[in-house]
Amino acid sequence: MTGVPVVALDPLFDGGEITWSVFGVVAIKVVVAFAFLLVAVMLYIWGMRKVIADMQNRIGPNRAGPFGVLQTLADGIKLFFKEQSIPSSADRPVFRLAPYLSIMPAFLMFCVVPVGGRVSILGHETYLQVVDLPVGALFVLAMSGLGVYGIMLAGWASGSKYPLLGSVRATAQLLSYEAAFGLAVLGVLIQAGTLSTRGIVDEQAWDGWASFATEWYWAAAFVPFVIFLIAATAETNHPPFDLVEAEQELVGGFNTEYTGIRFAIFFLAEFMNVITMSAIATTLFLGGPSGPGLGFLAADNVVNVWLMPVFWFLVKVLALLYCTIWVRASLPRMRYDRLMALGWKYLIEVAVLWVLVSAALVVAREEGWNVWVVTPIVAAAALGAFGVLYLCMPRPGEHVEEFR
Amino acid sequence: MTEFYRQYLAVAVFVVAAFGMVGAMLGLARLLRPTNPQDEKYVTYESGADPLPLFGQANVRYYIYALLFVIFDVEAVFIFPWAIDVDGLEWFGLIEMTIFIGVLLLGLAYVWRKGLLKWA
Repeated sequence: MTGVPVVALDPLFDGGEITWSVFGVVAIKVVVAFAFLLVAVMLYIWGMRKVIADMQNRIGPNRAGPFGVLQTLADGIKLFFKEQSIPSSADRPVFRLAPYLSIMPAFLMFCVVPVGGRVSILGHETYLQVVDLPVGALFVLAMSGLGVYGIMLAGWASGSKYPLLGSVRATAQLLSYEAAFGLAVLGVLIQAGTLSTRGIVDEQAWDGWASFATEWYWAAAFVPFVIFLIAATAETNHPPFDLVEAEQELVGGFNTEYTGIRFAIFFLAEFMNVITMSAIATTLFLGGPSGPGLGFLAADNVVNVWLMPVFWFLVKVLALLYCTIWVRASLPRMRYDRLMALGWKYLIEVAVLWVLVSAALVVAREEGWNVWVVTPIVAAAALGAFGVLYLCMPRPGEHVEEFR
Repeated sequence: MTEFYRQYLAVAVFVVAAFGMVGAMLGLARLLRPTNPQDEKYVTYESGADPLPLFGQANVRYYIYALLFVIFDVEAVFIFPWAIDVDGLEWFGLIEMTIFIGVLLLGLAYVWRKGLLKWA
C-alpha cells in the first residue's frame, strides 16, 4: 500500500499566513483568467463563423473591424439594448437565476486548468493556473454536472411548452453523457494516480523517445480520449449533438423565452463551455502546457519560463477548437434515439471495460508481469465481456416484456 | 486553516468575481434597455398561434434515464478512490473492482433486455 496519494499543491500557499500580496497574486490570476475567457469566446465565435464560411464557400463576417473580428462584440453590445420580456406564466425568481447557474460552471471549470509552468509573480512562486485543487479532476466533473441545472431550470421556469421539452431532453442527454464522461476521466486517473490537474499534467511530461517507445504510457489513454471527445461534445451541446436547441423540432429549445442580455449570457456560457472543455481535454490527455522550450535560450530564460508553456497550451487548445468547428460544419444533427443508443449501449460499456483493462495493465506493470502476455489476455477478456453483454440483448422479433 | 483548504480561497475569489461580472452585465443592461410593457409581449411563444394550456405529462423515459444515471454516478463515488491508488491496491483491488463493475453491468444488461434503452 502506498497510502495517501501525493498531492501537488500550489507553492503560493506554502508560506503560512495569507498576506495581501498573496491575495494580490490570486486577484491578478482571476482577472487574467476572466479576460482570457471572454476574449477567447469573442474570437472563437468569430473564428467559427469565418471557418464555416470558408468551408461553405462564403465570405462570412467582414464588416466590423479588420476581417470582421469585432462582429461578436457588436452582436453583444446590441443585445444590451434589447428589451427584456418575462412570460407571465414564468416562475420569475428561477427564471432570473437560471442564467447565473448556466454560466458559473463554465467559468469555474477553467479554474483548475494549468495554463503555464511555475513562475514568480510579486515575489511569490506559483503555478500559472488560477488554483491547483487537490481534487481538480473531481471539481471538473462536479462543474460539468452543475451545468445541467442552468438548462433544466431555464426551461422549467419559462412556463412554456417548447422550452420545457427542450430542457427535459437536454437533461436526459447531459446525464447520459455525463456517465461516459466521468468514466473517460477515470481512465486518465488510473494512469496518473492523482486528482490534481497539475499532477496529471506533470505525469504526462515528455521523458524522451526511449520511454515513449517502451512504456506505452500514451496507448492506454487513447480509448478514453476518443470517448472523452465524443462525450464532451455532447456535454457542451455542440453539433452533431445539439438536440437541445433543435430549431426544427423545438422552436429554440430551453432558451426560447429568453431575450436580450439573458439570452446573451446563455450563448456566452455555451461557447465558453466549448473552450473550457478543450482546455480540460488538453490538460487530461495532451499534457497541457508541457512542450519543448527554445533550445538556444537558457532554461530559466523568461521566454522559456513564461511564454513557451502558454504557447504550447494555446496551440493544443486551438487544434481541438478547430476540430470542433470542423465537426460542426461537417456532420448533421443526430436523431434522438440514436444519440441515447450511442451513449448507453456503446460509450458507457466501452469506457467501463476499458477502465478495467487499463487498471489491469497498471497492476501488471507494478507486479512486473510480462506486458506482452497480459495485454492480449486482458483485451480478450474485455472483448468477451462486451460480446456476452451483446448476446443477451433482445434480437429483432424476439418478444420481451416491456415497460410502458 | 490547513493548506488543503487554503486552495479553495482562490476558488471563492473566482466565484465572487464571476457573480459580480454577470451581475454587472445584467445591471448595465437594465440601465440601457427600454421598457415598454404590453400584454402581448408576455405571452409564451408558440410559433405565433395562441398558446394552449401547459400539458402536465412528460415522457416517462426521461425519468428512467435519470434513474439510470444515478446508478452510474454512485458507482463513480466508489471507483474514484480506487482509481487513484490502483497500483497500491494491486490485484486484490482489481479483482474486487471487476466484481463490482460486473454486477453493475448485469444491472445494465437487465435494463437493456427489458427494452428501457430503446427509445420508442
